[in-house]
Amino acid sequence: MTLVWLLLIPAIGGVLAWMAGGRHPDFPRWISLLVLAIDFFIALSLIGPAMSAGHTAWIASFERPWIPQLGISFELNLDGLSLLLILLTIALGFISVVISWTEITDRVGLFHANLLWSVTGVIGVFLALDLFLFFFFWELMLVPMYFLIALWGHEHRFYAAIKFFIFTQGSGLIMLVAILVLVFVHQQATGHFTFDYLALLGTKMNPTVAFWLMLGFFIAFAVKLPAVPFHTWLPDAHTEAPTAGSVLLAGILLKTGAYGLIRFVVPLFPDAAHAFAPYAMALGVIGILYAALLAYGQNDMKRLVAYSSVSHMGFVLLGVFAWNTLALQGVVIQMLAHGVSTGALFILVGALQERIHTRDMRLMGGLWGSIPHLSAFGMVFAIASLGLPGLGNFIGEFLILLGSFQVSVPLTVIAAIGLVAGAAYALLLVQRAFHGNATPHAETAVKPHDLTAPHLVVMAGLFLAILGLGLYPQPVFDQVAAGLAVLQHDGTPSAGPATQFAEAAP
Amino acid sequence: MHELLWLVPLLPLLGSATLMLGAGRLSIRTEATIGALSVGLAAILAFSIAAGFLADPPAGSVYQQTLWHWLNVGGFSAEMGLRLDPLSLVMMLVITGVGFLIHLFATEYMEGEEGYGRFFAHLNLFVAAMLLLVLADNFLALYTGWEGVGLGSYLLIGFWWRAPANGLAARKAFIVTRIGDTALLLGLLLIASQLGTLNIADAMQHATQSWPVGSHLATLAAFLLLGGAVGKSAQLPLQTWLPDAMAGPTPVSALIHAATMVTAGVYLIARTHALFLLAPAALLTVGIIGGATLLLAGFSALAQNDIKRILAYSTMSQIGYMFLALGVGAWDAALFHLMTHAFFKALLFLSAGAITMRLHHEQDIFKLGGLARRLPVAFWSFLIGSAALAALPLVTAGFYSKEAILSGAWADGTSGRVLWLAGVVGAFMTGLYIFRAVFIVFFGEEHGHVSGRYGWRIITPLAVLSVLAVLGGLIELPPIFGHVTLLSNLLAPVLPATREVTDITPLLLASLAALLGIALAAVFYWRPTQRPTETPLWRFWHAAGGFDWLYDRVLVRPVLWAARVNSDDFIDSFYDFIAWLTKAVHQQVRRTQNGRVRWYTAGLAIGSVSLIAMAVLL
Repeated sequence: MTLVWLLLIPAIGGVLAWMAGGRHPDFPRWISLLVLAIDFFIALSLIGPAMSAGHTAWIASFERPWIPQLGISFELNLDGLSLLLILLTIALGFISVVISWTEITDRVGLFHANLLWSVTGVIGVFLALDLFLFFFFWELMLVPMYFLIALWGHEHRFYAAIKFFIFTQGSGLIMLVAILVLVFVHQQATGHFTFDYLALLGTKMNPTVAFWLMLGFFIAFAVKLPAVPFHTWLPDAHTEAPTAGSVLLAGILLKTGAYGLIRFVVPLFPDAAHAFAPYAMALGVIGILYAALLAYGQNDMKRLVAYSSVSHMGFVLLGVFAWNTLALQGVVIQMLAHGVSTGALFILVGALQERIHTRDMRLMGGLWGSIPHLSAFGMVFAIASLGLPGLGNFIGEFLILLGSFQVSVPLTVIAAIGLVAGAAYALLLVQRAFHGNATPHAETAVKPHDLTAPHLVVMAGLFLAILGLGLYPQPVFDQVAAGLAVLQHDGTPSAGPATQFAEAAP
Repeated sequence: MHELLWLVPLLPLLGSATLMLGAGRLSIRTEATIGALSVGLAAILAFSIAAGFLADPPAGSVYQQTLWHWLNVGGFSAEMGLRLDPLSLVMMLVITGVGFLIHLFATEYMEGEEGYGRFFAHLNLFVAAMLLLVLADNFLALYTGWEGVGLGSYLLIGFWWRAPANGLAARKAFIVTRIGDTALLLGLLLIASQLGTLNIADAMQHATQSWPVGSHLATLAAFLLLGGAVGKSAQLPLQTWLPDAMAGPTPVSALIHAATMVTAGVYLIARTHALFLLAPAALLTVGIIGGATLLLAGFSALAQNDIKRILAYSTMSQIGYMFLALGVGAWDAALFHLMTHAFFKALLFLSAGAITMRLHHEQDIFKLGGLARRLPVAFWSFLIGSAALAALPLVTAGFYSKEAILSGAWADGTSGRVLWLAGVVGAFMTGLYIFRAVFIVFFGEEHGHVSGRYGWRIITPLAVLSVLAVLGGLIELPPIFGHVTLLSNLLAPVLPATREVTDITPLLLASLAALLGIALAAVFYWRPTQRPTETPLWRFWHAAGGFDWLYDRVLVRPVLWAARVNSDDFIDSFYDFIAWLTKAVHQQVRRTQNGRVRWYTAGLAIGSVSLIAMAVLL
């Protein structure tokens, strides 16, 4: 039942926030903080070992029949992976509320309602194990996000919102078709009509069908991740979204793509995914480098950060399809660290835009002189993003590379070039915005004020988080180990662990 | 005392954190105290630990301290651990000792600069990272320090952030060294995968057991580590960042780009010598890189007019000597030269800083001149440093350490003889270029206005380093000068022994080459000279062989071009095309819905006829 509360609290909180918005703009803000804080502590209370040893690694479960005629049930399951992603979701949601305090002044109630519903949808995605329910939440999280972009975004918000919606909706439809076919195939094989993930695992099917179904799921998640060449919605959506929207998009929504790959694509279709792995890994590597190149060429600071996200998600794709413990643990850390560091960068860009009314780095420069705190944090998170050891992103990238090294040396070598490319664009951002001469625009504008106390607290918290992930990531490994072991077991091809999927030599 | 080892890197780190958190709230005095004292205390602690270590060496001359278990995942584990053995001991003493002197110097040198506290915060951070690098017992911890010093270097080169050129130099340093770092990281992946551990001592042991000499994997691993080493140590082909790194304040150049960070590559190869001994090809390459770099940098130094760039190229050249020493298996000699070089090069940079701070930061040697009488302290310091750099026989530390390298090369067969010759030519060049600077800067016509006096915080480091630059060589003397072997005895448990050379010929020839260089400099530059004419040859050496030009054309510009032309992401045009196509089709189809009944009737008729036709015909 805890899991249901986890979903209900933000959902109901959203309704309350909406209703309270009419009375005073601060009400929805406080309601959202309260709701998310409660939700966070509920999730925190779930930290711990799985319920029972053996093949499953669920920390908590909930199941009620929903549409029994169609084999659909309201089935929620939580393992270590889901739990960590949910904690990240709620924490970033909380931070989004804090940093929107002064930025969002219009239709405050509705804004917070959408924010909370979006969080609800994402939590649902991380919990649902009935494929129909999963699809339901998958679509549910889009709608509030669409409104966040379309109503509170910047100049080209409608274009960006519609692009975002069409990309994710379109790819979602492909997944829906794949889900339905999978269910029918399963029915033909066993005579049992069900959307239950656990029942559908290990469904026997012919390899061609399996391949196309796998591809259907893969495309949906690759669009969300996003993987090159499905990434083009992301820079627009990120750039046009309000700061909270960007934080949620980068910090959380992208992770649903990675989560889907780990939870569904490989375990449901181990053989097909195994055959497809080299191509998926290659796509990941291309994404790392191609997005880094794009990031380097941007003038809009937010677009730069957005492309850096795509580049980091390339590492995730590489790691998922390397499919060994090292790489998968690396993927988990990479997701958490990316959520923190990129979230922080988006918050800083947002704060900067609030102060100097531009995101164009050609109009910035020398900001260190006027707003040193913001600039210093900007540099810290840029450096985190380029993967400096001691900070979380490094652990993620290192483990992913170590894992993929066991599978494909050439791809790993090319991916490692991304470390140099990452340094190039991250330091260019620091140079163009914070260092150098102040440009005329930055000088004539009213002297911007530095970060205020709430922002400073948020930044300090995020910094501690990224430092903790970098210096002592072991609790994270331990929390997800059981769940990953089960997933790996399910995702091992029927031919037995081939060399390509072999465990690391040590 | 050993148990307090963890405090040695932690003290500067705490200093750095305090300065960062207190930015804007501390007085200059407090900032100076925290900045210098954190390293000073680390130095005192390091020397106490060293005293204990020497008096009562732990078993196997190794003391290990695991701070915490960093990762343990999928059968792979890494500890954050420290390892004190003679090699890291020497490095620790050099870093904290020289580091403290430079910090002390900087507290006076940087007075009045914007961002005084930030300077010491970054300098302390750098020292902490460097200490982690040399004390780490695990490759992953070493890599953390390795990247940390890169960060410190980046922050400090770009310390005066308002000038875009400084930012460019800082990024260049970071990115060029990161290319090497990436090779190093790949080396670590290879070692972790093949040997199953990143603990340095274990990995070396496993490598010796499972890889035969000359095996592909050993060679590959050694070359990958070498890639990291040439990046950090500014050796061919990743040397281009070092001269530009002189954009940072002079104490930074002294600490990072002379005494410590650039020796990280030397340390890494010495630390992993077991692996390099399994890969003779890689080891030979180390020597060749060293020989080539020392010549290239020596010639380039002669064609510079900026005093700091002369010193930068001389650093590159001297580290070339250390690489040469490693390449011929003269491990002790490389460490010996690393140590004396830290003394005399820090001395040279600090005295150069002491000169320029009195002349409005003028660094062009032709705009200085006649300073011997006007700045006697700086003059004598610089002169002693130069003599040590030029390996003036018998009286300088540099002579003994360079002699150790050259005799090591002499003893190493044919390839060693070739490298020896390069070293001797380099010794000649060193005498020539550094005394060119000495004569032009300190003698001849007086230029510029000298203002101010030096305080004790400037004079003390110069004095101490001068003494070390003269006497520091006495810890290791060749057979004919009394055969002192304090350093090699100390290092014996961790580094293989160097061949003894009793032949006196190489020593005499090398001494002669150095003296000849100095004499030639006197002949050319004793009298006031004009700025050199820019012949093509001069320009070639001034640009250090045109590597910058080459990399710019081959790598930088194509990438920038690609980033620029594709800044709108051509992949998106595919989706734009779909959107356009949809709209276009929509426009066309929309025309059919025009509200005219005749039109619809015609449509219906044509449709029915077509359908019937198809049904009949197909």
